[in-house]
Amino acid sequence: MSQIKELTRSRFLLFIREPEAMFWVFLFPVVLALVLSFAFQNRGVNEANVGYVEGQLSTEWVQALEADSLIHLIAFEDTVLAARKLRSGAVAVMVSGENPNLHLNYDPTRPESEIAQMRITNRLQAQEGRQDVVLTETTETTEHGSRYIDFLLPGLLGMNLMGTSIWGTGFPIVEMRQKKLLKRFLVTPMKKTSFLLAQILSRFGFLVAEVIVITAFGVFLLGVPFRGSIITFSILSFLGAISLAGIGLLVASRAKTIEGVSGIMNFVMMPMWLFSGVFFSYENFPEAFHPVFRLLPLTALNDGLRRLMLEGDGIQTMGLEISVLTVWAILSFVAALKIFRWK
Amino acid sequence: MNPPAISVHSLVKRYEDLTAVDGIQFSVPQGICLGLLGPNGAGKTTTIEILEGLLDRDAGTVEILGKNWSSHGDWLRERIGVQLQDTRFPEKLTVTEILRLFRSLYKKGRDPEEVLGVVGLEEKRDTRTIKLSGGQQQRLALGCALINQPDILFLDEPTTGLDPQARRRVWDVVEQFKAGGGTVLLTTHYMDEAERLSDQLVIMDHGKIIAEGTPEEIIGSLNAENIIAFALEDGGAPSLELETIPGVLTVRSGDVIELVVSKTNQALPTLLDRIRKQELEVADLRLHRPTLEDVFVSLTGRNLRES
Repeated sequence: MSQIKELTRSRFLLFIREPEAMFWVFLFPVVLALVLSFAFQNRGVNEANVGYVEGQLSTEWVQALEADSLIHLIAFEDTVLAARKLRSGAVAVMVSGENPNLHLNYDPTRPESEIAQMRITNRLQAQEGRQDVVLTETTETTEHGSRYIDFLLPGLLGMNLMGTSIWGTGFPIVEMRQKKLLKRFLVTPMKKTSFLLAQILSRFGFLVAEVIVITAFGVFLLGVPFRGSIITFSILSFLGAISLAGIGLLVASRAKTIEGVSGIMNFVMMPMWLFSGVFFSYENFPEAFHPVFRLLPLTALNDGLRRLMLEGDGIQTMGLEISVLTVWAILSFVAALKIFRWK
Repeated sequence: MNPPAISVHSLVKRYEDLTAVDGIQFSVPQGICLGLLGPNGAGKTTTIEILEGLLDRDAGTVEILGKNWSSHGDWLRERIGVQLQDTRFPEKLTVTEILRLFRSLYKKGRDPEEVLGVVGLEEKRDTRTIKLSGGQQQRLALGCALINQPDILFLDEPTTGLDPQARRRVWDVVEQFKAGGGTVLLTTHYMDEAERLSDQLVIMDHGKIIAEGTPEEIIGSLNAENIIAFALEDGGAPSLELETIPGVLTVRSGDVIELVVSKTNQALPTLLDRIRKQELEVADLRLHRPTLEDVFVSLTGRNLRES
């Protein structure tokens, strides 16, 4: 009977006997993806709320705007209420006047107001006889890969791997330390590396299940593209899980209480939630910071997964990502072994 | 010739402002049970953890089976079995799973099935540890300590907090191990446990050894025949001049007054005679053979249970 095998096996049994853990690993990311894809679905151009005060817009123009399918015209009885709705954003544009004087009141920094204002102008100009001088021909393209859910899913997969790797490795170690089980192992001939390796290896059983559930859900139910190779995808997920579990090991290597280790975990994960491109691209931050962000293990994982799934990039283009993950995996394991507190 | 199972010379362990172990020495021949008896804070756990290789010493030498921890750590770990104070096992693993896990850590050892029988947990083989009683958990801990068929078994307060029946079942397992030729080092603050299991005793207080020998030798060192314990209806007994009673070796005052006597047949009648002359009423009167507890009290002025 080998040490690593039995240590891994018992760690794995403990995990699958923890119903809460199953929820966080499998159900939570699926629910999160569903909710977010619903909230951020591409609905095209939304119908805009356009307001006017009764008596301040000519009847012809009221009829013209009501005929526009993307304009929802709302009549107000007094100016004060209308002004308030405009300020609060419930109304995109306030319109008044009669031919030949059109007056529009809106906030130009709000995209939907800007779109509505152009639409109103075009509509009423045409109504009063403006002729188009250029013939416009349009081709419409809607291809999967550009929706928010397409961007989100690889990030969600990465974030979930981070959470389960760090929590799933860190908490049980602190619990074993509190229960003096680590101390008990110290009086056996157990190899310390076997113990730490088993903590990481035991992650793989559910890593596979976790990745398959989330990816299949995204690809088959939400239509997220998967354009790269499955082998590269597996290598990336595997390396990501090892390096993040290594960080979980390191995070838990000294802490004596669950509260203590929770604090360190949040401290470690927070920057990655923000800067590793989970919910939004880190391109939103100043470019000078990008090289630093790319050295975070979750960034490497997310960038790799995203390029692979959305753009079909191969492993030969992922040298940076693979190196970052490998270095993190080795460094965190060696450091954890060195500073680990057994008693 | 076999080296002693354990030999300790001038062992010292200091913590910041406390000398937990203060220059003790003793030796345990193979095949016997040595009991380390003492109140909480006497330095028993520190001593046993140094012997188990868990703690470093500040001075002195320690040899286990003729080897020392710095050069033969893994060799020794294969040959000792340890039950620590309050180790708790993962709640959701079963008894067999825990034994299997511990078995995998050793090169040689017994089949977990066999150990289940030794510690009497056959019926609990598939029970998760959280469902075990305190005594069953303690026997599981013993099972883990015995899984590698150790030469030496270290037990740190193995029955603290258990009810009498559960304690006896733990003792049975230890006695079985001894019967098979094993060496045991046991710490306890229960004198009945120490007397029942130990061939040799070391009594510790404040990091020092204050008495050692077989239980009989240590009790014999009191030179006492009996202990007379009595209490009077109205409390104290100032006017009895107990020290002057013939055959009384020492007097311990308190709610219950205890006289360590060398000649019961002289001391007891004189005591009763004086009580009668002073017209005092006896609330309680007992006579018992001296125990280890009495030795400890007469050496330190405190009870074993006080820390």
